[in-house]
Amino acid sequence: MSTPWHKRLSEGLAKSRDRLGGQLNVLLRRGPDLSQEFWEDLEGALLGADVGFSATEEIVTSLCDEANRQALPDAQAVLGHLVERIAVELRGAARASGTGTITTSGTTTSGTVGGITTGTVGTTVFDERPVTILMVGVNGTGKTTSVGKLAKQAADAGRKVMLGSADTFRVAASEQLDVWAKRAGVPVVGRERGADPAAAAFDAIEAAEKTGADFTLIDTAGRLHTSADLMRELQKVQRVSVDRSTPPVRTVLVMDATTGQNGLMQAREFDAALHVDAIVLTKLDGTAKGGIAVAIVRELGIPITYIGVGESLDDLRPFDAESFARALIQGV
Amino acid sequence: MFENLSERLQGIFKNLTGKGRLSEADVDAAMREIRMALLEADVNYRVVKEFIARVRERAVGSDVLNSLTPGQQVIKIVLDELTHLLGDTNSGLVLSGRIPNVIMLVGLQGSGKTTASAKLAFRLRKQGRSPLLVACDIYRPAAIDQLEALGRELDIPVFRGEGADVARIAKAGIRHAVDNLRDVVIIDTAGRLHVDEEMMSEAVRIRTTVKPDQILMVVDAMTGQDAVNVATAFAEKVDFDGVIMSKLDGDARGGGALSIRQATGKPIKFVSLGEKPDSLEPFFPDRMAKRILGMGDVVTLIEKAQEAAEADGGIDEKALKRLQRAEFTLEDFLDQIKQVRKMGGIGGVLSSLPGAGRLKGAEQQFDERELDRVEAIIFAMTPAERRNPKIINGSRRERIAKGSGVAVSDVNRLLKQFAEARKMMRQMQSMSGKGRKRMKFPGGLPGF
Ligand SMILES: Nc1nc2c(ncn2[C@@H]2O[C@H](COP(=O)(O)OP(=O)(O)OP(=O)(O)O)[C@@H](O)[C@H]2O)c(=O)[nH]1
Ligand SMILES: [Mg+2]
Repeated sequence: MSTPWHKRLSEGLAKSRDRLGGQLNVLLRRGPDLSQEFWEDLEGALLGADVGFSATEEIVTSLCDEANRQALPDAQAVLGHLVERIAVELRGAARASGTGTITTSGTTTSGTVGGITTGTVGTTVFDERPVTILMVGVNGTGKTTSVGKLAKQAADAGRKVMLGSADTFRVAASEQLDVWAKRAGVPVVGRERGADPAAAAFDAIEAAEKTGADFTLIDTAGRLHTSADLMRELQKVQRVSVDRSTPPVRTVLVMDATTGQNGLMQAREFDAALHVDAIVLTKLDGTAKGGIAVAIVRELGIPITYIGVGESLDDLRPFDAESFARALIQGV
Repeated sequence: MFENLSERLQGIFKNLTGKGRLSEADVDAAMREIRMALLEADVNYRVVKEFIARVRERAVGSDVLNSLTPGQQVIKIVLDELTHLLGDTNSGLVLSGRIPNVIMLVGLQGSGKTTASAKLAFRLRKQGRSPLLVACDIYRPAAIDQLEALGRELDIPVFRGEGADVARIAKAGIRHAVDNLRDVVIIDTAGRLHVDEEMMSEAVRIRTTVKPDQILMVVDAMTGQDAVNVATAFAEKVDFDGVIMSKLDGDARGGGALSIRQATGKPIKFVSLGEKPDSLEPFFPDRMAKRILGMGDVVTLIEKAQEAAEADGGIDEKALKRLQRAEFTLEDFLDQIKQVRKMGGIGGVLSSLPGAGRLKGAEQQFDERELDRVEAIIFAMTPAERRNPKIINGSRRERIAKGSGVAVSDVNRLLKQFAEARKMMRQMQSMSGKGRKRMKFPGGLPGF
């Protein structure tokens, strides 16, 4: 836990490089031939990455067609083609349903560490200025932690940040956010436990206005998308925020990369109730691939913006479609 | 989903009867449907592969074909196999005679350990034990505060130690239990990734220091394919005894349970079905098997209904009679609302029904708050009015509306609905002579 973050980053990347090599061997272990076994292994890799039955079937079938049509010479070429296709799909979402106010691909930040691209990202809701952002999601996905990380990043970029704790339900939730606010060096407002979460959001937006903050992040209580009551409560938080906030209000779904097919249902329900503008995908520092994001992007077109890669303040990275796509077929 | 799987299998086998032999293509088609159902339930794809092979063998070998309902027959094989692989029977906590017993909870970040610790303590206390919670998550901000606050709410003591050596904290916690005559210690640990060597060896250090009776791994029901990797790593490094599956109150099908069981051989011991302290329940393989196939958990629903009725002193025979004679009153109505509440509200009832995933629309139609409103209106009536709503005239309506804080139109609506329901009951009464019709829930819910 006490390892410095840059060391952990390079270790993490080394780990994923090993896995990249390892899996390429698996998918290519029978040589470059496009045999039946190759297609089965590929299907297995996608299923194992949580891409899901339907999306996997579609992807493999159309890839098989294309391999024939374009006379792709070998397995390596097919995999390259696949990575590119998934990456294009994932990036496409970023443009198709961006923020509505910003249409260009905007500034991009990218760099390479050990040969792996660490980030290439278009403009996201987090780049809007000013903006009010509601962070929502099911229990334990990493909402509060992500609020802390995003706050730090925005503050470092010279923005004026205000945090709001609208999780008035869970025990010790606001204490947790207080700790993150302190770590990020930004102010936070909240209400006592049991208070109306919409009122708490209202307070935060008001405080932001008073202090001239241009980046307001509001943490909400984790809730299952199947709970109609709690989803209605969240709609009220959003309604009140939209009414009170002069800056546009954006809604970001925080999703755990370990999630399987239920992730698609989560995204559907949250999107239907709130219209989700973007997704933050957390816990990609484990062995889960987060392939459900592919199914979500295909069906709902919600862009993935950031990924969580650990529990410290700096463990947040811009989402990079290509390395994500490549990691998907690495297998374990 | 089950309806789908069942119907689709039925369809595939429809033309079979009498053909004399199962064709390869028929079996393939059936296995494809089963495979899809299992993958959608997050069962690991390798586990699915083995599973399908077993089912295929049994389906071909048995006399599925001679059955009148080959589809149902195949479903039965699938259910049997699933139940068997999930462990056949419920396996509870295994505690030694040692005092205090020590239980340690481990798992990934955000899986629900802290809440599960509190629920387990609550459960053990209900069984007559005196638990002590020990807070060993020194990393996540406010995690200890959270456990302390949960303990306060449930009136269960929480031990928080000092320093950064969690093994020492755990040990001090046990000493504290001895000094304070607590007979079971529950250790809540920090969430950790199975690939984080440092954190995994910390868990091992706690284990070797306090030698727990039981180590339980908490796994989120929404976990996907990675469940196998995670559980395998925890089994190898920390060596747990069983699993608590959390967040099963959502609509995740929980196929990870099967993957974990297959990969590690460890039993699932408890499931957690809500945010309330009493929502930790024993695990039943047959129910889980149905859930994985999307059959819904009707058994649990029925049990809840029975519990609710029993808590009320059994089903009221007189009310039942009145119901049968279509003479039920607004008071009976009030009782029914109370029972629905006990079963977790309309949302709770609906989500346990088979095919609940497709009922979303229906659920939206029932506003839980509508129940509050109805209840308030009936509360504002006099007993005479509740028994005989006919006497509720204009001025009474106004009084009731004022008393319950609603508009007169709301009162009117309730009375109208009530009158209609009664009428419907009467019609059903007269119909029952000419052969029974299936009753339908509003919103197209099939009666069951
Ligand atoms: N390994 C890893 N852990 C993470 C990441 N993001 C969050 N966590 C951990 O996940 C756990 C839950 O995080 P929280 O931020 O409390 O999640 P939440 O969504 O706010 O939870 P609720 O408010 O209870 O619904 C904590 O232990 C975090 O440290 C990540 O990217 N990687
Ligand atoms: Mg939180």
